[in-house]
Order: sequence, then structure tokens, then C-alpha cells
Amino acid sequence: MQPMDVLLSASGLDKAFPGVVALRDARFELRAGEVHALMGENGAGKSTLVKILAGVHRRDAGEVLLAGQAVDIDGPAEAQALGISIIHQELQLMPHLTAAQNVFIGREPSRFGWLDERRLNRDAAELFQRIHLDIDPTTPVGTMTVARQQMVEIAKALSRASRVLVMDEPTSALNDLEIAELFKVIDKLRSEGVGIIYISHRMDEIQRIADRITVMRDGGTVGTMPASTPLPQVIALMVGRELAATRSPVPDSSDAAPALEVKGLSRGRLVRDVSFAVKRGEIVAFAGLMGAGRTEVMRTLFGADRAESGEIFVHGKQIRVRGPVDAVAAGIGYLPEDRKHHGLATGMDVESNITLPSLSRCLRAGLLIDRQACAEMATRFVERLRIRTPSNHQIARLLSGGNQQKVVIAKWLARECDVLIFDEPTRGIDVGAKAEIYSLLAALAAEGRAIIVVSSELPEILQLGHRILVMCEGRIAGELPGEHATQETIMALATAWH
Amino acid sequence: MALMQKGRQQLLAFGSLAALVMVFGFLRPDTFLTTENLIGILQATTVTGVLGIAATFVIVTSGIDLSIGVLMTFTAVMAGLFLARLGWPLSVGIPATLLMGAAAGCTSGLVITRLRVAPFIATLGMMMVLKGLSLIITGARPIYFSEVEGYEDISTGSMLGQWLPGLPVPNGVVIYLLVALVASLLLNRTALGRYAQALGSNEEAVRLSGIDVGRWKVIIYALGGGVCAIAGLLGSSRLNSAQPALGQGYELEAISAVVIGGTSLAGGSGTILGSVIGAFIMSVLVNGLRIMSVADEWQLLLTGIIIIIAVYVDRLRQT
Repeated sequence: MQPMDVLLSASGLDKAFPGVVALRDARFELRAGEVHALMGENGAGKSTLVKILAGVHRRDAGEVLLAGQAVDIDGPAEAQALGISIIHQELQLMPHLTAAQNVFIGREPSRFGWLDERRLNRDAAELFQRIHLDIDPTTPVGTMTVARQQMVEIAKALSRASRVLVMDEPTSALNDLEIAELFKVIDKLRSEGVGIIYISHRMDEIQRIADRITVMRDGGTVGTMPASTPLPQVIALMVGRELAATRSPVPDSSDAAPALEVKGLSRGRLVRDVSFAVKRGEIVAFAGLMGAGRTEVMRTLFGADRAESGEIFVHGKQIRVRGPVDAVAAGIGYLPEDRKHHGLATGMDVESNITLPSLSRCLRAGLLIDRQACAEMATRFVERLRIRTPSNHQIARLLSGGNQQKVVIAKWLARECDVLIFDEPTRGIDVGAKAEIYSLLAALAAEGRAIIVVSSELPEILQLGHRILVMCEGRIAGELPGEHATQETIMALATAWH
Repeated sequence: MALMQKGRQQLLAFGSLAALVMVFGFLRPDTFLTTENLIGILQATTVTGVLGIAATFVIVTSGIDLSIGVLMTFTAVMAGLFLARLGWPLSVGIPATLLMGAAAGCTSGLVITRLRVAPFIATLGMMMVLKGLSLIITGARPIYFSEVEGYEDISTGSMLGQWLPGLPVPNGVVIYLLVALVASLLLNRTALGRYAQALGSNEEAVRLSGIDVGRWKVIIYALGGGVCAIAGLLGSSRLNSAQPALGQGYELEAISAVVIGGTSLAGGSGTILGSVIGAFIMSVLVNGLRIMSVADEWQLLLTGIIIIIAVYVDRLRQT
């Protein structure tokens, strides 16, 4: 390996927003041909740092050197001209345009004033080939998987001759195979000397792909270290404290009727004859590869999608689920995978969100909202779940991911649901908040609620589940007791039908 | 914070209204600032104002109802049918008219939720249907209420003026403000209002909260239809006739008033007070320009520009 040059270095970066200091004397160094992971809890300053580099925010103080030259980054266009591109967590592609049209948007080749579609496709094909991507440039992006769309984003960044590429949680929507494909592309870019800033909450990934790690906390950079640094050490730096693992006691099995029982649930290709039961006090974890049908089972069970066949029993009584209305009436609560689009009314305040499903219980004369009752209900759960919000009237959008998730949980607890389905409860949530959500789930189970957790993170499944059900291609491929399961036994079942 | 922002938005609208009144008052003190003219402005606002309230509910859910103008006409025609042609007493004919309005709104709601037709198209179709019905029922001729005793007083009489002779505010205006008050309570203090705002903010999250989205949408469109029927009664009472050809175009005026009042067409937020102020801004503008002897075509042009500026300023405030 040749000695690596410093591609970008930033020092003394300060940035304040009204009321918050987002960055305080942050420093960061990126070498050419390096994958440099940026880690830290939500609100630690990662995205502010990255946005300053990408020209979204202007720094208040500090210096940025690009290849040894001091640069001012006035706006996104300037950042791109300097060769700094950012791939956002939410992809910014136009679904109706083709891959090639997306890559060259705003820079379309033309001949005599007419778009030169043929050259557009040829250039895109060359670009895809350069990073060994098998994508037809004429495919509309909307018909591709998220993973492929992400590759198109990467190609788009490369087409601008990027020297620095920022990737914000690039794997959050990808399955293992797709992650492997992404990492291949990243390796290729690394060998071409591109510097990559990689933001992720997934430790296993970072150890696989990154060269170095910079940890941020409270707006400052607390240290840069090789990616091989032992995990507990990195986490301790991130949170500034030790995290205790929590696991709820295994419930006694003498209970008569299970809290929830599902028999022969079917819907399309991804929910095929699914049967299982969850007892009071039990956490049942659903594992499986992306696309195995876990979310689909939960949505069908909850009535978000209509079942084709199957029976559902709550506390031994059969219920008919024609829509979420029926599921909620039976005491089932569902935390959707996609918090922002399905879980929260992000433009409304914390109180309105928490009381939304229970509003009919806080009415006076069956009509007027009893504001005091609503406020009390919200306050009770804000305190109980320790939701960090300046007030109950804070707009949900402005809370951190972990606190938003707690608002969704509060909403179902307020509704007194005793069967709770958590679909990817810690996606996009930082380590500290994750630990809090884990102990919350354990406490809810200990109170006698029946809990289902769907997760793509095996350590999470292993930590939480009393029993683990593994899904594969729409079916339950097998069941493992929580205390004896390992990542290997789960993966063996998850891939059994392949 | 949300409350403060809402307050600021209304303050801005109210400030613009006050500024308009001051400008016209300064330029034409003898004609604009007379009790008679100011009451004329109030009276002229009632119909589009009530329609604006109907529109606010639907727009807050991020829907749109293009049929409200013609729905007003249709209910006026129904009132003519019940009261003038069939000779029903007011105590029966008026509730029946309100029900017809609610039924028409309910139909739009069902088309939107059950047939899953986009609100724009569903209510556009409804607009044509109702216009056709109004013309068919009347044979394209106005129905007069001259035989219906007390009908004209609904809008133009002044119960307030009987108590306070110095303040001859017409009943129509009082009814408008009462409707606004009740609507404001509905939007801010009831489950219906909360769900309307939540639907506009994130419909899928509402559905997944176990709330019957379809049912509430139908209720909201039906409520809008019922409120339009109040506008139909006020309008026809003022003219003492139901004019089947009138009404188209009122929906756009009403929606303009709502938007000037700071309600976002994207849904999720909106206030009745804003829509009321917006409606007054529109009618003060028309009245003032007319008093200044500005020609109709120039009035139209200026109104259009002012709507765009109003929404632009609101946008600036939000960013």
C-alpha cells in the first residue's frame, strides 16, 4: 500500500444554530483512498459536520483544507465543483426518469439544442461499468430496488469527478447481499483514491469496511482511531458511559390462552400460512433476510393490508381484522418500520401524536376534547418513557429519532394496547437511545404485555427475543429458543429455502 | 411554539386587513368609512366567507372541494323548491336544505373514499352534476321567494339593529360570525378537528393509529356540504331568489380567502379565524377599489396580484 495523502482536513470548526451549539472545535481528517467512519449518537454533530463540508451549512469558524488548499464552501454547487458529493439517507432521485437521465440531470449532453439521448445512455453505461455495476441505463429508477437506486446515486456523484464522497447511513434499507455489493463498489472507489466519509450506526459494518473511525460527542470530535479498535471502547467514547445489557425474565409458561394467536395467515407471496402465538410477558423476535415477509406478516395481522385467509385470536377470542381499526380495538398496537411516513404525524405536536389513537377516550360530552385529560395523558407518558422534548407542544419532526420512536410507543401505551408489534424499533437510532428502547421493551414485557419485535439486526434479535421465529420467503422457517440461538443458527434457517 | 406561530400568522393577515382599511379610509374618508359602506362590506362577505369556512375543513385534510360554489347554488335551488314551490314552512324547509347540502358533500366524500377518485376530480365532477341538477330542477329560471314570509329577513333583516339602533348589522353577518365561531370550536376542540389536521399531516399514520380514515373524511366533506347550504340560504335570502346560473367561480374566491388566511393547500394546518380575515381582505379590496372608481377589469387584475403576494409573504414567513 502506498503512503496515503491527506485529502481533506478540517479543524476548529464551530457552528451554532439558534439555541444550540451544533459543533465546537471539531476536527476531521480524510486521506485519499480511505473509508473513514464518522460515529456518534444522534445530535453529536455528525450531520452538521458533513453538511458544512457539502456546503449545506456555512461554518461560523474554523478552516477546511482540500488537498492542502484552504477552501470556502459557499453552497452545494460549490462543494460539487470542488469534488465533494453527499449521498443522503433519503435518496434524491426522480423515480420516473431513467438511470441515465438521473445520473446526468442538469448536465444533459445535447446536439444542436436537442437532447442527445444516445450519448447520455452511452456515458451512463461507461460509468456503471467503471464501478462494475450491471444496470441498464434506460431503466426507470422507480422500478429498481432501493439498493440499485443507491448505486445510481453513487454513479451520479462519481460522474461529477468526486474526490470526497459522503455516505449517510447507506445500508439502512439494504439486505446482506446488497450490502456486499455496495461494499464492492466502495472498495473499487477506494482503490481509485476517492476519500469516503461513512456514517452508520451499525458497528459490524464499520469494522468490515472502514479504515479509521472518528467518534463525535456533543458537537466535538473525541478521537480518531483505527477501525480495528475493540467495540466496547468505541461505544464508551460515543456515549461517555457504560451500557448495561438488559433482558427481561422469561415468562412462566403456565398461562392458559396466549395473548395473541395467529393461524394460517396468508396474503400473496410474502405471507404464506403463517401461524404463531405470543404469551403475556413474552418477547417473540422475528428474524429473516430483507424481503422474507416479516413486515408483511405484521401489516397483515394489524389490518394495514387485507389478509386473504387466516384466523387471529386475542386472549383466546377470535377477532375479524378488516382494517387497523379492528386490530386497535382488540388491543393491538403497531410501530411501523417507517416512522416518518407511517408512525407519526410529524407536523403535529407531541401531545396530539400521543393522544391520537385514544382521542375518543378524552372527550367531554362525546364531542369536545378534554384538553386537561389530553395534557395529563401526554405528560404521563413523556415522563414515563423519558421523552426528551422541550414541551408537549413541540412539533414531532423536531425531535431526535430515538425520541420520535418513543412518542410512537407512548401512543400505543396510552391506548392501553397489550399486544405490541415493534417493526425495526431501533432503525436509525443511536446506541444510547437503542439501549433505552431495549430496556423499555423488557419492562413492557415484564408488565405482562405480549411483544413482537421484527429486526434486521441479529444482535438485537438475540438480545431481546425469548423466542426467535425465523422467516424465509413468506413462511416461518423455524423457531429457536432465545438463550440458545446464535447468529449462525438464525442465518441457517433464514436461508433454508434458497 | 406551534401556538405562537399560528398567532403570528393571523396577526400578519389581520395587519394586512387593517392596513387595507386604513389606506382606503385615508384615500376616500367620506365614502369608504361610512357605517353604511362598512356594513355593506360585512354583508358582501357573508356568502364567500361561509364558503371559505366549508373549504377550510376540507383543505386542512389536504383535500380540495371544487363543488362548493355550485353546491351553494344547488342548496339555494333546493330551498326554493321546498319553501316557494312546495310551500313548506321555514322550520322544515331550512333543515331539509341543510340536509341536502350535507348529502351532496357526503356523496363527494364517498366517491373519494370508496371509489378512490382524487378529490380534485371527484369534486370537479360533482360541480358539474350539481350545476346540471340546479338547471334541470329550475328549468334554468330563477325561483323567487317573494311569497315566503320572513325569508328575506334571514340575511338582510337586523335583529341586532332592533336592540342597538346604532348598529344595524344584518342577520346574515351575525350568522356568518356564529358559523365561524362554531367551526373554530369544531376545528380546535373536537376529535373531528384533530383528525382533520392529522389527516392533512400524515394520512397513513392516522390510518395505522386505528382511526377510520374513510368515515372521518366522509363526515368532513358532509360537514363542508352542510356549511355550503348555510351559504346557499344566506345568498338566496339576500337576493330573495335562487339563481341557478350563479355560483360557479365562488369556490375559487372562497379558496383564495382560505389561502390568504394562511391555510396551506398541502394540509395539516389552518385556522377558521385566518379564513375569516382572508374573506374580509378580499371584500374590502373589491369594495375599496370600486369606491376609487377602478374599472372591473383592473380590480380583477389587482386582486389576482394581491392573492399571489399574500401567499408569497406567507411562504417567506414560514422559511
